[in-house]
Amino acid sequence: MRLLEIKDLKVYYFVRDGVIKAIDGIRLWMDKGESLGVVGESGSGKSTLAAAIMRLIPPPGKIVEGSILFKGVDLTKLKEEDMRKIRGKSISMVFQDPMTSLDPLQTIGDHLTETILAHEKIDRRKAIEMALELLDKVGIPKDRFKDYPHQFSGGMRQRVMIALAMALKPDLIIADEPTTALDVIIQAQILDLLRELKDELNMSLILISHDLSVVSEIADRIAVMYAGHVMEFSDAMPLFDDPLHPYTQGLMRSVPNIELSDQELRFIPGNPPDMLNPPSGCRFHPRCPRAMEICRIKEPPLVEVEKGRFVKCFLYGNDA
Amino acid sequence: MSEITTKFSSRIFRILARGGMETYVCLIGGFIVFVVIFMAVFAPFISPHDPITSVADPLMPPNSEFPLGTDNLGRDVLSRIIYGSRTVLLVALVSSLFSLVIGVSLGLLSGYAGGSLDRALSLIMDSIYAFPGLILAIAIAAMLGPGISNMTVAIAIVYIPTYFRMTRGQVLSLKGHLFVEAARAIGADDKTIMFRYILPNLLSTVVVVFTLNIADAILTEAGLSFLGLGVPPPTPDWGFDLKSGQGFFTAGYWWLITFPGIMIILLVIGFSLLGEGLNEILNPRLRAR
Repeated sequence: MRLLEIKDLKVYYFVRDGVIKAIDGIRLWMDKGESLGVVGESGSGKSTLAAAIMRLIPPPGKIVEGSILFKGVDLTKLKEEDMRKIRGKSISMVFQDPMTSLDPLQTIGDHLTETILAHEKIDRRKAIEMALELLDKVGIPKDRFKDYPHQFSGGMRQRVMIALAMALKPDLIIADEPTTALDVIIQAQILDLLRELKDELNMSLILISHDLSVVSEIADRIAVMYAGHVMEFSDAMPLFDDPLHPYTQGLMRSVPNIELSDQELRFIPGNPPDMLNPPSGCRFHPRCPRAMEICRIKEPPLVEVEKGRFVKCFLYGNDA
Repeated sequence: MSEITTKFSSRIFRILARGGMETYVCLIGGFIVFVVIFMAVFAPFISPHDPITSVADPLMPPNSEFPLGTDNLGRDVLSRIIYGSRTVLLVALVSSLFSLVIGVSLGLLSGYAGGSLDRALSLIMDSIYAFPGLILAIAIAAMLGPGISNMTVAIAIVYIPTYFRMTRGQVLSLKGHLFVEAARAIGADDKTIMFRYILPNLLSTVVVVFTLNIADAILTEAGLSFLGLGVPPPTPDWGFDLKSGQGFFTAGYWWLITFPGIMIILLVIGFSLLGEGLNEILNPRLRAR
């Protein structure tokens, strides 16, 4: 049984002007102990995916179809009460902006202790002990237990957030752009910390980022999202060596490379699609350098071209 | 808990020590309020005469024995003012506290739950809010009949929407904060989010609104008493004394209404200054630095 298996998931936002199909039929899975990287530009549905797994999609969004199997249990069908017990305890989340994701009026010690007490039936003394241990693990001195969030820097706060997310040793941690708000040095530290803790506690990690280089640091497997679709889903190493989908190829080329500094910075021409009226057929075809006639008409299926490599493109597995 | 209180008070002292306009505003308001509360608490010890019995000739102008004169029944105006502070403070504080508890809880529930409950509660509150405060208080007091507790209830109902609207608005904005979402993502239930995450973030605003609201409640109390819808005589009460002294003013007996009037104005100003000062101190967005 896989740790997480997402089948034909569709998440739509019903806004006044129409329906935004933020996630429109995706298939993904991961096993225990793995890291899954989810990349894509803004609006590709990455964060909606995270919210869907946590069942925290803000209205007017809704899961309209599909299933999210977590250890064999379909999360989309759970009662809110049961889902609440999973949040934090089995699946937990680290957010993008550490500056605003902590309550300004609670000390970080309170944050940690309360989280532990919310899920475990233990006395407060034991919870405080556990909280101190967690702080130590994420590299925050114990004497800062009674400090308030505003007394910490961004990187330190993200460490607190990670401690919070790990507090109950969940099976899966979802990190939604955990380093985007931090500077580069701190980014590397936070990524190292995530990787270390993941290995130490044998957790699985979903790392969501717009930045391929961030994902490449950690991920065993990568899903490339574009306009609500998974374009390429592949083991990490072969994907970096030889990206298959034209969109992935474009993304790889647009990562700035310090060794080729005189080279012009490349980008993918065009803009991300208007999600109220997405393009017909393959959603990438208006920007795709290798678009064919059929791409306009028909949506390509996600097919396995090699072992562990899935691509949603007519250039491969031309049985369309 | 005591740790939080000491932390809070030490913060207040630090702000006071730093000085600045808002500090003085706060201090002046606090001083006036303190003096009146002192008067109310120690009324039996500081008032020179019994406030409800005739102690001298009626309508004596201010003199050395009766610094503020005597009223038409020969009662000492100073003693009535000192004892009158008890009525006005009691009614204003209790009614404001009532409005606070009901208004804040309903606002919290309404803003957090949203949906049809929110729409229904907002509609009710807005319709109460649409009336001018005193008019509504008169209507309710007239329905309930005179008496100190009925007057308190009337004033409390009038000011519930003030707290409701403020709380609901704040909850709506706090609900969207990332820390609330983060709390939910680590499995906090609705009760925890409401009382541990949202409510404490409201409190500084509630304190300010409460202080300003007491000033309003004092005016309403005086108004109701003046109209004869408040405490029954002979209980000393500033609003009622205004009313009974009013007829003698044109005959030259100015001290009957001047002193209670000044006291009402002073106390209202005191609470307003205290509220405004606290607002600037507790609300960093208003602080210009």
